[in-house]
Amino acid sequence: MVKLALEQLGARYGQREVLSDASSPWIEGGVLTALVGANAAGKSTLFRRIAGQLRGAGAIRLSGATESDLRYMPQDTAMTAALTVYESVILALKQGKGGWRLTPSELTAVDDVLHRFGIAHLAEQQLPDLSGGQRQSVSIAQTLVTRPKVVLMDEPTSALDLYRQFEILEALRQYAAETGAVVVLAVHDLNQVMRSCTTTIALAGGRIIATGPTLEVLTPDLIRQLYGIDSRVERCSRGCPMMIVDGPSPVEFQV
Amino acid sequence: MSSVATEPALHAGNYRGRVARRLVVLAGLAGLLVLSVAIDVSLGPARYAISDVFRTILAPGAADLQMRVVIWDIRMPMALLAVTVGASLSLAGAQMQTILANPLASPFTLGLSAAASFGAALAMVLGVALFPAALWLMVPVNAFAMAMAAALLIFGLSTLRGVTVETIVLLGIALVFTFNAALALLQYFASEQALSAVVFWTMGSLTKATWGKVAVTAVILAICAPLFARRAWALTAIRLGETRAAAMGVPVKRLRLEALFLVSLLAAVPVSFVGTIGFIGIVGPHVARLLLGEDQRFFLPGAMLAGAAILSATSVLSKALLPGAVLPIGVITALVGVPFFMVLILTKGRKSW
Repeated sequence: MVKLALEQLGARYGQREVLSDASSPWIEGGVLTALVGANAAGKSTLFRRIAGQLRGAGAIRLSGATESDLRYMPQDTAMTAALTVYESVILALKQGKGGWRLTPSELTAVDDVLHRFGIAHLAEQQLPDLSGGQRQSVSIAQTLVTRPKVVLMDEPTSALDLYRQFEILEALRQYAAETGAVVVLAVHDLNQVMRSCTTTIALAGGRIIATGPTLEVLTPDLIRQLYGIDSRVERCSRGCPMMIVDGPSPVEFQV
Repeated sequence: MSSVATEPALHAGNYRGRVARRLVVLAGLAGLLVLSVAIDVSLGPARYAISDVFRTILAPGAADLQMRVVIWDIRMPMALLAVTVGASLSLAGAQMQTILANPLASPFTLGLSAAASFGAALAMVLGVALFPAALWLMVPVNAFAMAMAAALLIFGLSTLRGVTVETIVLLGIALVFTFNAALALLQYFASEQALSAVVFWTMGSLTKATWGKVAVTAVILAICAPLFARRAWALTAIRLGETRAAAMGVPVKRLRLEALFLVSLLAAVPVSFVGTIGFIGIVGPHVARLLLGEDQRFFLPGAMLAGAAILSATSVLSKALLPGAVLPIGVITALVGVPFFMVLILTKGRKSW
């Protein structure tokens, strides 16, 4: 099983400190982990810092994986290149490897990841012709085609319809279970987090304020602290936990 | 998931088919290029039968002296210089467009050609040699020096903090205007004779081709193309966007600097030899992109072949349009190339550039 721990990570853009003293206990692989926090709380910065795209204070501890096993999926952006979906996934697979030829096993890996995330039918489509949701699914395939053991995904489901959200989160959950990988997802939909993610990391103002089992972390108090929202966490008639939003917290309103 | 039922081998098979089709397209481009060069060599004021031309190329010793001189010393260098220059400018444009994420980037639009023209005009109007040691090569050496200076300026500025690809493109456009203004000023003060020399030079011409120039451009191409080829996967990834490429492990900044340096070399040398042939650097890459997509394994050789074939075909046209005269090739490239290009981009209707 792969494990990831953060020790006092910091990062700054110029003079502005965006991440400080971000620490977490060991985060276990094999399940999905959510990273929650308000806009500009530093979620993307934390991912980029872990992925080595930003320098800064602190250390990243890995157990059962090395730095090269880590993949980061940035937030969705347009893709204008004249490439097919299939080619774009090959591209992710071949980065850093020599040789222009593809082995049969490499082609199988590409086919496999397209099937796994339900986009095999898009294989021959041109990237600029994709919808936002399709593009997001392609990004996920690009990220996982190398079968990384540590995966950081910045809002992987933000452009997906409800059905696809479930499909993708289920596929990601299966991937984590199969490979034992640490899979951290920055997600805004807390109900989706409660349903799919075993562990949750909460980030506010560039600091990690809680890490632990999702239902222990996502309390009404913490949700108010994160988003300035009054809410209740209740059980639905079938027993699954649900967050019910009452509205903006009055205290936050006055500010 | 529902789609697992599809046969997994299907898409790998499609991919192999696509690769095969692209190899055919590349072979087709190469065939067109060879054909065009053959016609180019056989065309000229002195009319020779094509069979005689080929006999002279294959067995120069057996041909009569006049024919050997015309074919080997005049037409062959011209025809081959069109190939090396076309390939170089097109490759330079292709990689500029790739690393700057801009379909308008080319040696022409980023000010390299304008800088070269200014350098050449310095020599022709004022007799200023930037490198006095090579007086007899004053015009090309000046042009090269100015083009390289412009390229290095862009290169240097792009290493500054916070400089984005958009900034680089804007800087290039500023350079175009600056050098054009400086050139106009020189022309204003030029003698009539110097003025006509400058105007002719800026129109672009292959008529001063020599084997030496062919060799120099070929060597530079032979150095730069493999260096780009080694970075094919990374260069293709850059077209998915900087953050995506970085997330795939591509050292985006370093790659961009390396590419910008190679591109400067690729663009500056041909321009200093043949003057301003602006259009190839834009149209060559776009033709290759439309035919082959942007996988650099095919795009890179495709852009070179397309650029070479287009310039070679233009060279043929520049001789054939007005019998007995060789029209300036830079002018023909734009006049004939633009309508063709418009049809191509308007009919393809793709959302990628």
